[in-house]
Amino acid sequence: MSVIVILLLPLIATLLVCLPLGKRWMSGVTVAFCLANLILVVRLAWQVVAGVPPAELTGDGWSRWIAVDGLSALILLLIALVATTAAIYSVGYMAHEELRPKKLRLYYVNYNLFIFSMLAIPVSAEPTLVWIVVELTTLCSALLVSFENTREALEAAWKYVVLSLMGAGVALLGFLVLFAAMHAAGGGTYTWAGLITAAPAMPPILLQTAFLLILIGLGTKVGLVPMHTWLPDAHSQAPSPVCALLSGVETTAILYVILRLFPVMQAVPGAHAETWALVLGLLSVGFAAFLLLQVHDYKRLFAFSTVEHMGIILAAVGLGASAADYGAMQQIVNHSVTKSFCFFAAGATLLAVQTRDIAAVRGLIRRSPFAATALIFGGLAITGAPPLAVFLSEFAILKAGLAQGHYVATALLAAFIAIAFFGVMLHLNRMVFGAPADAAAEPDHSGSETVTPFSLPTSCRLALILAAVPVLVLGVYVPEPLHRLLTMAASGLTK
Amino acid sequence: MNEATSQLLENLNALACGLFLLTAFGIVATRQARGCLILFIVQSLLLAASAALLGLRFDSGHLYGVALVNLISKPIIVPWLLRKTSPAEIYTRREIDQVLNIPTSLAIALALAVLAYFLGIPLANAVGPEFRGPNVPIGIAGLLLGAFTLTVRREALPLLIGLLAMENGAFLAGISIARDLTMLIELAIATDGLIIVFIMGVLVRAVQQHVGTTAVGELTSLKEKAAVPAADEVLP
Repeated sequence: MSVIVILLLPLIATLLVCLPLGKRWMSGVTVAFCLANLILVVRLAWQVVAGVPPAELTGDGWSRWIAVDGLSALILLLIALVATTAAIYSVGYMAHEELRPKKLRLYYVNYNLFIFSMLAIPVSAEPTLVWIVVELTTLCSALLVSFENTREALEAAWKYVVLSLMGAGVALLGFLVLFAAMHAAGGGTYTWAGLITAAPAMPPILLQTAFLLILIGLGTKVGLVPMHTWLPDAHSQAPSPVCALLSGVETTAILYVILRLFPVMQAVPGAHAETWALVLGLLSVGFAAFLLLQVHDYKRLFAFSTVEHMGIILAAVGLGASAADYGAMQQIVNHSVTKSFCFFAAGATLLAVQTRDIAAVRGLIRRSPFAATALIFGGLAITGAPPLAVFLSEFAILKAGLAQGHYVATALLAAFIAIAFFGVMLHLNRMVFGAPADAAAEPDHSGSETVTPFSLPTSCRLALILAAVPVLVLGVYVPEPLHRLLTMAASGLTK
Repeated sequence: MNEATSQLLENLNALACGLFLLTAFGIVATRQARGCLILFIVQSLLLAASAALLGLRFDSGHLYGVALVNLISKPIIVPWLLRKTSPAEIYTRREIDQVLNIPTSLAIALALAVLAYFLGIPLANAVGPEFRGPNVPIGIAGLLLGAFTLTVRREALPLLIGLLAMENGAFLAGISIARDLTMLIELAIATDGLIIVFIMGVLVRAVQQHVGTTAVGELTSLKEKAAVPAADEVLP
């Protein structure tokens, strides 16, 4: 039953937020419900690891629609975690903007609905139902992307909606073809588990067509190159806590749907799902690494880094070894916790300097030491500097690639990761430690002028500290229950 | 059901599919925004007709349901929702200069339709003999033409119609190959279509209020701009 409660909580929060009880009520309710949900999800993940039978987790009669296994528990955990830190971050961040209560309500209503739609992805068992909730994630987050109503935000939201829905149209045909393949194989229940059972009897052409349609369709929403064009826009124009959700967990949740097809495809000899994943993954990593070098907006910098990381995960799955699968799962976790931290840091920087332009920010360390430290820490963490979390998973993936004999692919992957490291650090280093532009322009005043320090809202500081904990801890130590969950999730990628 | 009746039903279905393809071409080529909406409504009615005919042919209650859902949601609720959410201006707009001129667009659309035929035939054959009909290739053509509409249009309403037409295309193929999908899912997909219209209507209104245009395709300020030299790099 707990799964149903997990899905209901954000909906109840949505209703409560609508009560006219002031701004603090809205943010308080959202934080409280996200926290409650996180506790429930941790408990659920614990039960999954402990081997509680799935029927007990979902309740009787729901197995047709809802199912939980290691892979879905992992994604659920990440969504609930980032939802909580982003909700805490929102308290101070949104208060800073001094919005009218009605406008703030729009934010929190959409926020909770967006959380609901994301939580529904990993627990839905029926593929067409998954398609519907994927559509819902786009629709619930569209008004969050356009929230600031500037010309750029509206453009980003429009692009986001049109391209995501265009991809969804392609994916819908894919899911219908998948259904037809299931029918041709003699029927059965149309669920992820049912698909794996029926896969050997499916006509290969139908299965392959369905896979490609879904890979292209949903790949658009994951931000895979060449369908990524909307992603840097949407992931940079939304308010920062929303960016953390979009980049940190929404992309991963959609990627999860694609990953669900891999065990099905393995039933068909010569289906080449892994090859597609490897090629598309490497393409994304490569493009993103070079595009990173030429950005002029630090939020776009992190957005391109998301494209890069989605590519790394997909390429890791494409390597087709169980060690690489484990690395991919670890990368999913580390990317989510680190990228959400990065966007919190970027949001703190934005509050401090009021501009997204990299060239306009110099000497941030003097203006806001806290934001500057967070930004540089986030940059190091996301690009895989040791001893932080991403380093560990990227290292695991590269090691698995070499062990598997994919020398060229692994070398390319390592090279692109290195380029991305330099790209990100080059920009961030200048922002944080560079000499302030105005001081350089007027050398006479540089000595006398003192930079007014900026004080970050307490909730933003708290969210940043909370978000930094897993980034630090997972770099040196993977707790035993998490290790078992990762192993279970990785085994879900093979038959 | 005797041979002649089922043959008649199949022929009528083929006619509905053929007209469906024509409306997809029409959406690509119509300049007037309101014209696009009308063509989309006709297309949805044809989709409903095809579902009803196939329902009659294969005696499937589920397909009647699909026909009914399409009959109510698209021709009635979609225009109503659009009136509620978006500025009236979106109907009256004409696109004088499209990205491509209309003859070129139609030529590309034709090529896409031919491509869809070659993509659709092996699929329809793989599913089984009773699924062989025009639905799959024409559905894929509808999907591709909808996507093509999205790439050449600039105005809000034709773009929205392009999205919905893509979904119509996927469905036209779907009613033939995925005949016994659960009714609950069909209803959810229809509701989803309505949420699309609602959200995009709200977005268009916001664009019109804050930017002063409904030609959303012309918003192109977000890209990696040419390098703006930082102040400290310009100065010696």
